[in-house]
Amino acid sequence: MNRAPLLLLYLNVLVIATCGLIYELLAGTLASYLLGDSVTQFSLVIGVYLSALGVGAWLSRYVETALARTFIEVELALALLGGLSAPFLFLVFAWIEWFQTALFSVVFLIGVLVGLELPLLMRILKEHLDFSELVSRVLTFDYIGALLASLMFPILLVPQLGLMRTSLLFGILNALVALWGTYLLRPILKDRGLAALRGRAMLTVGILAVGMIKADTLTTIAEERMLAQPIVFTEQSRFQRIVVTKSSRGFQLHLNGHLQFNSADEYRYHEALVHPALSTGPPPQHVLVLGGGDALAVREVLKYPSVRSVTLVDIDPAMTDLAMNFPPLVELNEDALRDPRVQVINRDAFVWIGETPRRFDTVVIDFPDPGTFSVGKLYTTAFFRQLRTRMTDESRLSIQCTSPLVAPKSYWCILKTMRASGFEPQPYSVSVPTFGVWGFAYATVQPDQRVPSQLAELEGPLRFLTTEGLRAMFHLPSDIAPVPTELNQLNNQILVRYYEQEWSAADGL
Amino acid sequence: MACSRRAWIAATLGTTAGLVPGCAPRDLPPAGTLLSPNVVAGHWIRDGRLDATRSGGRARRAAVVIVGGGIAGLSTAWRLRRAGFDDFILLELESQPGGTSRAGRQGRQAYPWGAHYVPVPMQENAALIHLLEEMQVVVGRRADGQPVVAETQLCRDPQERVFVEGRWQEGLYPALGAADQDLAELERFRQHMDSWAGRHGEDGRRAFAIPLAHSSRDPRFLALDRMTMGDWLRKHAYRSPRLRWLVDYACRDDYGLSVEDTSAWAGLFYFVSRIRLPGQPSQAVITWPEGNGRIVQHLTDRAGPAVHTGWAVHGITQSRSGGAEVRALHTTDRTAAHWQAEQVVYAGPQFAAPHVIDGFDRQRSADFRYGSWIVSNVHLRKRPPEPGFPMCWDNVIYGSRSLGYVNAAHQTGRDHGSTVLSWYYPLASLPGPVARRRMLAADWQDLAALTVTDLQLPHPNIAGQIERLDVMRWGHAMVQPRAGFVWSRQRRAAAQALGRVHFANTDLSGVALMEEAFYHGIRAAEEVLAARGHPFESMLTFVPHDC
Ligand SMILES: Cc1cc2nc3c(=O)[nH]c(=O)nc-3n(C[C@H](O)[C@H](O)[C@H](O)COP(=O)(O)OP(=O)(O)OC[C@H]3O[C@@H](n4cnc5c(N)ncnc54)[C@H](O)[C@@H]3O)c2cc1C
Repeated sequence: MNRAPLLLLYLNVLVIATCGLIYELLAGTLASYLLGDSVTQFSLVIGVYLSALGVGAWLSRYVETALARTFIEVELALALLGGLSAPFLFLVFAWIEWFQTALFSVVFLIGVLVGLELPLLMRILKEHLDFSELVSRVLTFDYIGALLASLMFPILLVPQLGLMRTSLLFGILNALVALWGTYLLRPILKDRGLAALRGRAMLTVGILAVGMIKADTLTTIAEERMLAQPIVFTEQSRFQRIVVTKSSRGFQLHLNGHLQFNSADEYRYHEALVHPALSTGPPPQHVLVLGGGDALAVREVLKYPSVRSVTLVDIDPAMTDLAMNFPPLVELNEDALRDPRVQVINRDAFVWIGETPRRFDTVVIDFPDPGTFSVGKLYTTAFFRQLRTRMTDESRLSIQCTSPLVAPKSYWCILKTMRASGFEPQPYSVSVPTFGVWGFAYATVQPDQRVPSQLAELEGPLRFLTTEGLRAMFHLPSDIAPVPTELNQLNNQILVRYYEQEWSAADGL
Repeated sequence: MACSRRAWIAATLGTTAGLVPGCAPRDLPPAGTLLSPNVVAGHWIRDGRLDATRSGGRARRAAVVIVGGGIAGLSTAWRLRRAGFDDFILLELESQPGGTSRAGRQGRQAYPWGAHYVPVPMQENAALIHLLEEMQVVVGRRADGQPVVAETQLCRDPQERVFVEGRWQEGLYPALGAADQDLAELERFRQHMDSWAGRHGEDGRRAFAIPLAHSSRDPRFLALDRMTMGDWLRKHAYRSPRLRWLVDYACRDDYGLSVEDTSAWAGLFYFVSRIRLPGQPSQAVITWPEGNGRIVQHLTDRAGPAVHTGWAVHGITQSRSGGAEVRALHTTDRTAAHWQAEQVVYAGPQFAAPHVIDGFDRQRSADFRYGSWIVSNVHLRKRPPEPGFPMCWDNVIYGSRSLGYVNAAHQTGRDHGSTVLSWYYPLASLPGPVARRRMLAADWQDLAALTVTDLQLPHPNIAGQIERLDVMRWGHAMVQPRAGFVWSRQRRAAAQALGRVHFANTDLSGVALMEEAFYHGIRAAEEVLAARGHPFESMLTFVPHDC
């Protein structure tokens, strides 16, 4: 071979090295993304990958004939395997018990193939160069490739393309190099089967290209796998990813992958959330609903004929739009947001509560669980104290407080925090099939040890709650006993930390 | 061409050690301005070229004239008023008071241009607690007498994070990828600082206290001032690069100096003075969206019409017959004016004092050195998407020469949408005059590129989110606590009054901190009150004969 193809072969080394490292980074990122604990996951992936490189190199000694052809075959296999690795891993994540096995098998196989490549290539080049020069040149390009990959990956690829497309793109690159190799190494390739080899290379490029085009659909399928239901609506709003799925039992709303309600049993949750506060004391007139952009709590509030205004504060206009315009949800919330008494405010409740001059006689809080700091601040003494100033001495409040069974510290922390902020909270719980046992609190601002005991006269029917049922919710089961916790304050968002610990421990079960 | 110039600037100012930014980012922010303190007026004063267009007319009169409206001068005004003394005026050169603690605002979002936090003071700092009570920041006392700060005034959790190994991690210490030895050394260092927090000198005072004047004068402790913090680390066999980074970061953050230039006394002061008792965490941090601009606003409101902005004081002369004359020039219309006063409080920096005060011996402040800082306020349309721990108040980039950024919206509770990031960059490694010259040679594009390149490290897509980027160049940003300076005779004597001229400024402490500026402001005010025989009860729990 003359000089030009030699240089081209080095270029080959460069691409191979880049692709190899990209696949490894992808697997590591995916593992830490899906499994958490990135340090362990990354180290494990790197460990497996490096040892597989060794295995590959060792295997290369058994390739005795048809060096060039084997080299190209290996590259094609790598293109397919590496290119499809991210989509594949996304899809298998649904079967969590298999995920780690799948992950490490993929990483190992990729490592073996990459490990095979270099020795093969070196042997092909050996004919044309003296050994030390060969080693130094190949290794140089190998390291440059690695550097390129590690720079491009975080700066360019992940932010611009995402994991799925990055994986597919490098698969394509890998396959193209293989195809190109069939021309470059033409002098040392046998004629027989050459066309078939090229055909397979093109097929590989084709498969991966289709994957590239369909990457969005793949993401959806992967999400469906994770959510285990067909998706009927998705939107990435400024604040969250909204997904609606459908099953034989109705439809489900997920925010950032967390189930918010199932239409089949949400009435249990929303009746339990709303009626204790609205049925007790003087008839409610001016009601504040915080969070709950799905308008299902508002639906319950509107069953009280005495209500003159409902103010719904939800940060995400995409969510309240969905509640107004997405037919299944409009049907479920009985078009509550178009009721003339309802005013929708799309603001961060934390900021809004500090600015509004209005006062409310009844407040219903339906924020998401305190899984992030930006939601956790809505459960702090600072927030509750500010809210207290927007209520009268006769006002009543009810609030959802996550599961007291799964997350007892989180649950009791919320109650303790409310007590320290001028409220008198009473715990209660109810069973919602989709969620299990769910916790709430009912609170007054005057010391009042009585709990709600009588349902008010309503305009609309209730499906779940009866007066006996209302009383029963306030009988605390023995397995939901108070536990000592700290106060949740803005400068010490202990609740977010409790919540994270308790739910990740529960998910690990 | 522009490109190679930019590359040169990038190389001399530089952002990330190791990563050479090639050409400036193609996408510079669509708008922005280059700001600096009033350099022209500064030069008038320095060069004495004062071509007043209109003469000063008759002398005005005020019993006390305060020169300079930074935290120190404003605190003097505040203390005088609290003592019921109103016959004073304050002359500030800039169009806005506050000095290096001033803030900016666009729409609903305020942001700092310099100082941005104060640690919760300990009980002993009675004067500062009085101020914070008046501001309704301190809302009570614990049983042991320590102040209780309102929840909304404390830095909201999560407070700080660091970008390391491609992702954000909670806290300041880059634990991701740290080896066991690194972590062991960190632990040893923590315990070391903790044990210092319990140490008192022969004189019974804490080794390191805030204000600095309250610290022990025990020679064993003061000896630390003669070595650098780098020497100290080596002396105690701290070798972990990550720990060294943390300590260097601390020195650059508080003093704008590298660990190899900072006095070891000052280095330890940073860590130890904020630990009240061994075993306790550092004092919590008080902060506001506009940073210490909140304090400036409060003090300015209290001082009321006594504050006159736009007046550059260029002469202070004491007459033998008693009294002093203060001469000033208005920076916009160039009118001249002069005041007859009985006392003057000079609350400007020491380096300018020889140019302003007649009879001020140049040697008196010859060893005071000042570092330069660049502060960029980066207005974002929305927050950048990012991996790992969510955005905090303080966001630090491991390995960068910048100090990272503070998120101005953090304290407002707005966690989505637009915000302003205040990005800090001390020119720590160059000698002061060189750094100042280079910084002033750079134009807006250079400094915007410097900022964006650094921010792109953790936020590759940030350029597209930037609406505007304003850059402040602080030439004499901070006095530098270089080894040997903090407890030098010169520094300790600098706060002594010269006849009727009293001094107040953070630089008199050798370190630039809100508490120090405030302390000297209060001290100077009480000196004036005492000299006038005005009745008052001192707010200072301890007044040493040196400062
Ligand atoms: C970028 C940066 C970040 C900082 N961050 C913090 C922080 O987070 N926490 C903290 O505690 N400290 C911080 N500091 C330090 C803090 O800003 C200072 O310690 C404090 O504000 C100094 O106040 P001062 O009044 O002593 O001096 P200055 O702020 O320098 O005020 C002096 C004032 O006097 C005026 N003046 C000077 N000469 C004349 C004259 N001849 N005539 C009229 N007026 C004159 C000036 O214009 C100025 O307004 C920071 C400083 C900088 C630069």
